[in-house]
Amino acid sequence: MQIPYTVEARPDTGLHNGKLGIWLFLASEVMLFGALFSAYIILRTGSVEWPHGELNIWLGMANTFILIGSSVTMVMAWASLKLKNWAKHRLYLFLTAALALVFLVNKYFEYSEHFSKGEGPWHNTFFGLYFTLTGLHGLHIIGGVIVMLYLLGPGAKMWEKNPDQFANRIEITGLYWHFVDLVWIFLFPVLYLL
Amino acid sequence: MHSDSADVQKSIRTYLMVGAALFVFTGITVAVNRLQLAIPAAITVALLIATFKGSMVASIFMHLSHEKKWIYGALILTAVFFVFLLFVPLFTTMDTIGHPNPSQTMVPGAEHAMEH
Amino acid sequence: MDNVASHGTTTGAHAAHAHEQHEHVELGFWRKYIFSQDHKVIGIQYAITGLLFLLFGFSLMMMMRWQLAYPGAPIPLIGNLFGADKAPGGIMLPEFYNMLGAMHGTIMVFLGVVPLAVGGFGNFVMPLQIGAPDMAFPKLNMASYWVYFCGGVTMLTSFFLPGGAAQSGWTSYPPLAVINQGGQTMWLIGMVFLITSSLLGSVNFIVTIVQLRAKGLSWMRLPFFVWAQFVTSFLLLLAFPPLEAAGILQLMDKVAGTSFFLPSGLVVANRVVTGLSGVSTDAARAGGGNPILWQHLFWFLAHPEVYVLILPAMGIVGEIIANNTRKPLWGYRALVYAVGFLGFMSFIVWAHHMFMTGMGTTMSAFFQTTTMIISVPSVVILTAFLLSLWGASMRFTTPMLFALAFLPMFGIGGLTGLPLGLAPSDIHLHDTYYVIGHFHYVVAPGTIFALFAGIYYWFPKATGKKMNDLLGQIHFWGSFICINVVFMPMFIQGLGGMNRRMYDGGALYQHNAALLKWNVVIGFGAWGLGLFQLPFIINFFSSIKWGKAVDRNPWEATTLEWSAPSPPGHGNFLSEPVVYRGPYEYSVPGAAKDFSPQFEPERA
Repeated sequence: MQIPYTVEARPDTGLHNGKLGIWLFLASEVMLFGALFSAYIILRTGSVEWPHGELNIWLGMANTFILIGSSVTMVMAWASLKLKNWAKHRLYLFLTAALALVFLVNKYFEYSEHFSKGEGPWHNTFFGLYFTLTGLHGLHIIGGVIVMLYLLGPGAKMWEKNPDQFANRIEITGLYWHFVDLVWIFLFPVLYLL
Repeated sequence: MHSDSADVQKSIRTYLMVGAALFVFTGITVAVNRLQLAIPAAITVALLIATFKGSMVASIFMHLSHEKKWIYGALILTAVFFVFLLFVPLFTTMDTIGHPNPSQTMVPGAEHAMEH
Repeated sequence: MDNVASHGTTTGAHAAHAHEQHEHVELGFWRKYIFSQDHKVIGIQYAITGLLFLLFGFSLMMMMRWQLAYPGAPIPLIGNLFGADKAPGGIMLPEFYNMLGAMHGTIMVFLGVVPLAVGGFGNFVMPLQIGAPDMAFPKLNMASYWVYFCGGVTMLTSFFLPGGAAQSGWTSYPPLAVINQGGQTMWLIGMVFLITSSLLGSVNFIVTIVQLRAKGLSWMRLPFFVWAQFVTSFLLLLAFPPLEAAGILQLMDKVAGTSFFLPSGLVVANRVVTGLSGVSTDAARAGGGNPILWQHLFWFLAHPEVYVLILPAMGIVGEIIANNTRKPLWGYRALVYAVGFLGFMSFIVWAHHMFMTGMGTTMSAFFQTTTMIISVPSVVILTAFLLSLWGASMRFTTPMLFALAFLPMFGIGGLTGLPLGLAPSDIHLHDTYYVIGHFHYVVAPGTIFALFAGIYYWFPKATGKKMNDLLGQIHFWGSFICINVVFMPMFIQGLGGMNRRMYDGGALYQHNAALLKWNVVIGFGAWGLGLFQLPFIINFFSSIKWGKAVDRNPWEATTLEWSAPSPPGHGNFLSEPVVYRGPYEYSVPGAAKDFSPQFEPERA
């Protein structure tokens, strides 16, 4: 028994199941981060004063470059696969995961610096929001890395058995990853600059 | 869709250009921040740039510029609810019965706006 | 599970993959019944687990009603089981009462009704009704059940930990929920599991309905049940994440010392909780938080959640009414538009739960307006169902009894919501027993009756046996009478000003004196209601073995699920299903039979 439209698109919707599924999931993620941004707005407008310059803007900017870069490598990983260049696909996918790990390492350094100064999430509302927002975002990065490692590792076997379905999986992973990048594109100015 | 090899080959150039543009605009965001504009202007500019960058990621990297109706429909619905979620709670804090203590709940400089 | 499905003709299947699917690997016990990816097994898992939680949550309430009827009296029979920290000498402590209250609500809503209505009925029936071999993502489906299970275990475990279960209401309002010692943290962790489960399920449902409809099954030929599940899934998808966010924020408040919801200058029992400076010190937390923020994020979910509670029930009632009136549902198109509009509006009414938070008149007017507007589609749906009864060839089967009772009960629930949705009357009624009466009428003799109807209706499809009618009648009449005895007096109590969540039944306040007697009446109603579930439980289990055996379509129904064997095998249908007409073609003039199923090519 096979589930239809796992690989090929259903004619009237033009979609395969996974693509619709991931976009719906991303819609729910928009609401998740939206709620946290809403919390940020309420708590900041309700506060008498708001800290400035507490965060390392240069590290944040570097991380922004890194994540945008990983988005480029991710879409290149998908494109290479579409052009049937397996080696290039592997390279780009590996680079994406690597850049993601660099991002996480930077965040680790950032967090440690704050903690060493006693600036944990409990310190004030700003830090509470900073740690919660970037922490949740960081968890999403870790999730993405796990999926990428799977697709670089055991999951890569599917390319031999069912290349179209594997390409779909890469596309879906890419959509998720770009969304993670998109969230950071908003998080960076909101937390670090404003 | 984008499954045709020739299309994908052409798109690669676009992807790289968009990537470069995103780098540039990130730099612009930080540079503008150094100008220390007044808060409302700073917020507007920062969010405008972020929205522009975000739309490029969405439309080009995520192929949203030529997606199917179902995806557009789901996202438009989400966008509507997202806007509500972002702003309506804020409106309820701005419109209250009676006078909340100004020093506790106002953005500096806004106390006089609440007098009625 | 012995019926072998012939292999569906999926076009474009990859050659190697098609070869693979022809092998029938006989699954072991664990993969077949425990970690199954079959939507029917998962649906039954959800249903049974949900029913068990409903029973458990009901038992909590039966204990609460004892305390309210006879404050300070030791709980009979089981009173000594709870230990000195909950009920010394069998007498319920206020903290224990609050635990029972908070967990009754949480369990009934999140562990009982929704898993049964959506996870159970949605999973089992919907793929069959659309002619699909299974859900779009079977592995995800399995995951969503087990994550729900983990959430349930988390919630149950919280009773046994030091401090007991959560005790700040199912609504978990800060500052109380944050500063209270006890199982609130476990509640939050449990909610994270449950929300995750819900999310996985809703993605699956939407993709399945969009992508896996059988040939000929256009949108306007879908059974109303499928439309209801479709809209419900969108509600779950988009409304739950804000509660997940809020849950994370409250978890941070509880374990990381943040003050997202704790205002500055909070002092509790002479202990300074938050300071005034906005920065944390050794002595106090930072403060600067907003308790109303929690209410916004919570109700942003919890309002659509109540439509999650009612929509599947309306779907079930629609199916059963059409089948037992032998007529098409009146106003199918109106029903579809109404349910879609209802789903949309449900996102923009939430602050009618917050009229008493100091909201100004502008925002209050906005929410009153949207709340009044949302009553329109509900009335459209109820009216369409009522009009469906006109000129009917009524069959009073057990499912039909429950479905018919749903109509006036939902009517009462809906009408009593109107004064709550208008701020001036809500000033008097907010947080009183009137509210409890209102929402229970919608969920208990409303939704739960519809769910019972659905169980009696689809039991033959799932088991190949029919449930006993006599036991069904006893279950129905006993429940119907008792449930009204429980909830009708609550309107009287609420109008009289009796507050909710009072451990002593309201005896503390003089204005409640004349209302206290109703607590005894309600108590007997509740315990009677409990007794009348016994015929149902006996019927359910004994019919699996000894029920009258039936064929595929014992109710002579028109929708696709009745073309599959009872129970359906792996892959569901013996040949690829094709749909030839709409879902409710009963009593078509000139046809030989009084029903023309969707799946039969020639009209009889």
